[in-house]
Amino acid sequence: MNSHLRRTSALIRKEFTQIRRDPSSLMIAFVLPVILLFLYGFGVSLDAREIKIGVAIQDPGKDADSLAAAFLASPYFLTHISHNEQFLEQELIAGRLRGLVVIPEDFSRQVEKGDGSARVQVIADGSEANTANYVQNYAQGVVNTWWAMRQRNHGVWGQHGPQLLTRIWFNPELTSRNSLLPGALAIIMAIIGTLLTALVVAREWERGTMEALMATPVAISELIIGKLLPYFVLGMLAMLGSVAISIALFDLPFRGSVPALLLSSGAFLLAALGQGLLISSAAKNQFIAAMFALITGFLPAFLLSGFIFEIASMPPIVRALTHIIPARYLVTNLQTLFLVGDVWSLLLPNIGILLLLAAVLFFLTARKTVKRLR
Amino acid sequence: MFNRIRALIIKELLALLRDKKSRMVLIVPPLIQLFIFSFAATQEVKNQTLAVLNLDHGQPALNLEQDFTAARTFSGVIRLQRPEEIPAVINEQQAIAVLWIPQDFSRNLERGQAAPVSFILDGRKTNAAQIVQGYAVRIINNYRDKLAGKGQQSGINIVARNWFNPNLDFRWYTLPSLVCILTTVIGLIVTGLSVAREREMGTFEQLLVSPLHPLEILVGKALPALLVAMIEGALIVLIGVSLLQVPFNGSLPLLFASMGVFLLAIIGVGLFVSSLSMTQQQAVLGAFMFLVPATILSGFASPIENMPHWLQTISYANPLRYFMTIVRGIFLKDVPATVVWAQTWPMAIIACVTLSIATWLFKKRME
Amino acid sequence: MPNESLVIEGLTYSYGKDLPPALSELSATIRPGIVTGLVGPDGAGKTTLMRLMTALLLPSSGHLTVFGLDTRSNASQLHEIIGYMPQKFGLYEDLSVIQNLRLYADLRNVTTVDRKQVFARLLDFTGLEPFQKRLAGRLSGGMKQKLGLACALIRKPRLLLLDEPSVGVDPVSRRELWRMVQELVDEETAVIWSTAYLDEAELCQDVLLLDNGQLMFSGPPKDLTERVAGRCFQIQGISNNRRQVLSTALQQDEVQDGIVQGQNVRMVLRAGHNQPALSVLDAGVEARLTPVAPRFEDAYIDALGGGPGGISALATAMTPLPDDQEVTVEADGLTKRFGNFTAAENVSFAIRRGEIFGLLGPNGAGKSTTFKMMCGLLRPSSGTGRVVGLDLQKAPGKARSRLGYMAQKFSLYGDLSARQNLVFFSGVYGLTGMQQKETVTRMIDIFGLQPHLTDSAKDLPLGFKQRLALACSVMHEPAVLFLDEPTSGVDPLTRREFWTHINGLVEHGVTVLVTTHFMDEAEYCDRIGLIYRGQMIATGPPDELKSRTRSPQMPDPTLEEAFISLLQQWDASHEEKA
Repeated sequence: MNSHLRRTSALIRKEFTQIRRDPSSLMIAFVLPVILLFLYGFGVSLDAREIKIGVAIQDPGKDADSLAAAFLASPYFLTHISHNEQFLEQELIAGRLRGLVVIPEDFSRQVEKGDGSARVQVIADGSEANTANYVQNYAQGVVNTWWAMRQRNHGVWGQHGPQLLTRIWFNPELTSRNSLLPGALAIIMAIIGTLLTALVVAREWERGTMEALMATPVAISELIIGKLLPYFVLGMLAMLGSVAISIALFDLPFRGSVPALLLSSGAFLLAALGQGLLISSAAKNQFIAAMFALITGFLPAFLLSGFIFEIASMPPIVRALTHIIPARYLVTNLQTLFLVGDVWSLLLPNIGILLLLAAVLFFLTARKTVKRLR
Repeated sequence: MFNRIRALIIKELLALLRDKKSRMVLIVPPLIQLFIFSFAATQEVKNQTLAVLNLDHGQPALNLEQDFTAARTFSGVIRLQRPEEIPAVINEQQAIAVLWIPQDFSRNLERGQAAPVSFILDGRKTNAAQIVQGYAVRIINNYRDKLAGKGQQSGINIVARNWFNPNLDFRWYTLPSLVCILTTVIGLIVTGLSVAREREMGTFEQLLVSPLHPLEILVGKALPALLVAMIEGALIVLIGVSLLQVPFNGSLPLLFASMGVFLLAIIGVGLFVSSLSMTQQQAVLGAFMFLVPATILSGFASPIENMPHWLQTISYANPLRYFMTIVRGIFLKDVPATVVWAQTWPMAIIACVTLSIATWLFKKRME
Repeated sequence: MPNESLVIEGLTYSYGKDLPPALSELSATIRPGIVTGLVGPDGAGKTTLMRLMTALLLPSSGHLTVFGLDTRSNASQLHEIIGYMPQKFGLYEDLSVIQNLRLYADLRNVTTVDRKQVFARLLDFTGLEPFQKRLAGRLSGGMKQKLGLACALIRKPRLLLLDEPSVGVDPVSRRELWRMVQELVDEETAVIWSTAYLDEAELCQDVLLLDNGQLMFSGPPKDLTERVAGRCFQIQGISNNRRQVLSTALQQDEVQDGIVQGQNVRMVLRAGHNQPALSVLDAGVEARLTPVAPRFEDAYIDALGGGPGGISALATAMTPLPDDQEVTVEADGLTKRFGNFTAAENVSFAIRRGEIFGLLGPNGAGKSTTFKMMCGLLRPSSGTGRVVGLDLQKAPGKARSRLGYMAQKFSLYGDLSARQNLVFFSGVYGLTGMQQKETVTRMIDIFGLQPHLTDSAKDLPLGFKQRLALACSVMHEPAVLFLDEPTSGVDPLTRREFWTHINGLVEHGVTVLVTTHFMDEAEYCDRIGLIYRGQMIATGPPDELKSRTRSPQMPDPTLEEAFISLLQQWDASHEEKA
């Protein structure tokens, strides 16, 4: 057997044995992903159902009651009806209501006139900005639908004028979980790739085993491959497990192909592992390595990958920064693979960029790591 | 006893502030997070690209197209020629939505018939799609009203108001949340690491053989953390108000009083983690294991109301949930003391629980 | 075959531009076929030199050549021919013994065919044969050390480097390792053994003596030792207090160095001086001066210009405790079980005021468990520990305020300055106001901490760390002092200064309980308790323990020899029973 091969495979075997015996590696690789998946799967949801709102009726007329009833019937709202606007305002301030619909006292009269001067006021709690948006949108929908129904009941058919036929592709119900869970997968992979590699290398420095390794004929490239391969396999396993859970437990569709999935996540893992190795070539104790990995791996994956927060809405500098965040490309690819399919024209460039990032990171690591102690 | 605790507190503060590394950990990451978060953590939808497929050359269609392209949300427009081009534009995420005006749109309008236009959205980005859809509905309603001419309006005028944050500036929402999250991180890290660090350095035994009572050691660990976290909390509020221009409408005393109670609860958790871990690394992992779920279940990333009921029930045990409500309320709504109190007493109970468990465990692990 | 395996020329190494060099202008040669000792206190530059020899660090200036290979240009070839055991042995703790061996065999290209033979030989050699499947992390310190050696020897190296192989390892294992390395040396291999123990250095054929980055001496230890030949004496048959005799002796102009050795006092005279008159020393009527063979340590102190004086300013400043022979520290049937494992079983002893009691024993024997129960760090499963009559479990606060504690590792707050440490510990022990200020000032004067008051404790030179640690543990004038391996890794000068203070305090009525691996330190004790397999197997004054093991083969056993044979006797008698 060739001596390079023998040394590399010995290092790989050693790493696997260590992974098997070290509870904290197993924990980061298999328990943490499950916990995170459950948290994101259940805990993060932008599907506003049953938003608590109040409807203040100041008008005794029939139309006011009927509009209020329309709010009551809406699945989006949990409606509290009252004639006391002030009370509802207090509730809004206290945060027990997210929005308030005020039906003014001349509402029925104006509606009857039919000249379009009927007004409804929708007040949203702006301190929860995103929910406020939803309140406004849904309230508008309820009022419009109510109006159309009323017209129809009065024999006036609303089927004229411009109509908007909305069609939402890939995710017709706009279930937020369908786009959030692929994002969560990217975070999980970032943690495994970056945190775990950074920690295990730092551990070798702390325990003095790295010093012993370096005094043997082993080459730097062998050391890097010996770390890379085992954690690549581990990351892929964790990823496949998480995908399986997402499909089986959270009912996510999977419309892409397995090769495309393996290719995308493989390319991402290379970049994440490269990042972990680069961190550990600089930080030789586990505490600093963990801090670095969390700040440069976990946080950007959470914040700048476009998984919860809109990249397009960020200031230009931050937007530029997102281009070097590997998680950004994985989030897009995973969302596409889960919900759309193999859109190679989108997937391939992203995979290409990930490979490029990985290459840069490995280049830096190889340059920084010499067979020396400092 | 008082003197001994004072000596402990001074030592703890000195140990935190004299070391360059721990000073860095305390100051730099929170500030970086503060700035990146407050600029990046936004669910606002803007700078989107809209694709338009206008097959109708009539003036009404051009007007409608213009109403869409002029909207604030859309900064880029892609013009399509044929329906076959639509899938690629959406699939490759070149545009968030496609507005498709059919050939007979103007004709239908003239005839007074229903004139449908299609609006196709990319469902991968659920939040953006949801909000863009809302905008589109509003645009088309306005368009309809314009067509009808003044006085001829047929619908109902919806007057939309957003209290406390009229322009729905997302930073006004993010910054108060950050005050909560960053004080949590600091309180947790300072207490979480302190005992573990002493264990690693061997100074913990030195403390244990001194006449200090375990409770004195605990108080000596808790108070400096409380102090440091409060000061950093105040710093973040200051930066938020002065540099990031987030309005502060409520009462400072109420904010800091509730912050104190909240931090006690967090410090209890930190001391618990600390007593459990032998090394600083375990302490960091332990703190992380608390921090991530606590943040997610606090209503920061998405409203608690959207969670399944069983998870909402669990979130009542999360001190962050209450403090998040308080800080947002005080910042933007100037909520009265009664509202603050309603959120504070649950935190006080949680604080009692976490601190007692920490004390119990601490005494047990003194062995 | 070259006569020199390793050539060092004008070697300087610095960890940073602004830092003083860790090694400066070192030149030496190391010969094959012998064990060369690399000797010096912690921080002298031993590990730095080792790393330079393995090409894991490159010289700032100068050259280092190993069998003709320059470390700067030929690192990879160099790595083919060296075996290196770093300080923590370089073992993977979660790999088993055989897995560790396999890994290093693969890394060193030992083919599968040769392997069986090599493993069999090494396992037999190290006695690890029965433990092949055990995880390295579960091995005792001595076994780890042997496995570390085996890993370094997988492919027979031409240069074997052992970095402090004997730290934290008990005397029994230390001896075995020494024997193994001796067997290994042949014409072609060079062995470098770094150590802080001067008695180990004395056994090497050649030594490099480092101090503060400088080469103090290089050559056979005999050459250095001969410089003090004829100047070493023991004062034997002392009937008065031997600690006072030492103190008086050290105050004489003729005496440059002295230590307590059991009942006797050893001293080294200044070159060209005569013996001091016995009457001056007040050693009693039967006292006599006997010339003894010089030791490497004597020569080492001599090379540094002699030891410290005999008076402890610390003790002088302290209020003397009553001279009442009262029992101040008492262990009564102390037992500690961890699950099924009994770490300490029914350990009892009593220490009188003004007595030094040493706890000795191999690693894992229960020595530190006992010690921890005595300072109240561990709750005994049964039995009681009492300090000045106070039960450590029932009145912990009161009892602790009467004891001072110094841990083996430097355990002050590294991020606090020297003064802040003093203020903190005095505050914790309840000193306030003027009294606190005065005490702190007094400690600063006594220990000469003035130049380093604002430096962070972790940046202090080792000697000052040692002084600061002692200062912090005695500020409240404790009646009892607990010392846990107080001077391991410390240079002999600092150790002498330390014991001058301890001796002084003991003369003022302080009781001392000390654990140690260091036979030199054990010699200072009035009585020793030997702990083995969780039990106290022997107690008595050092000289008595020595005489207990006297035999025709060992007419004059050292304390270390006595220690080992007591353990062997115990093992033998228990095997018979079993």
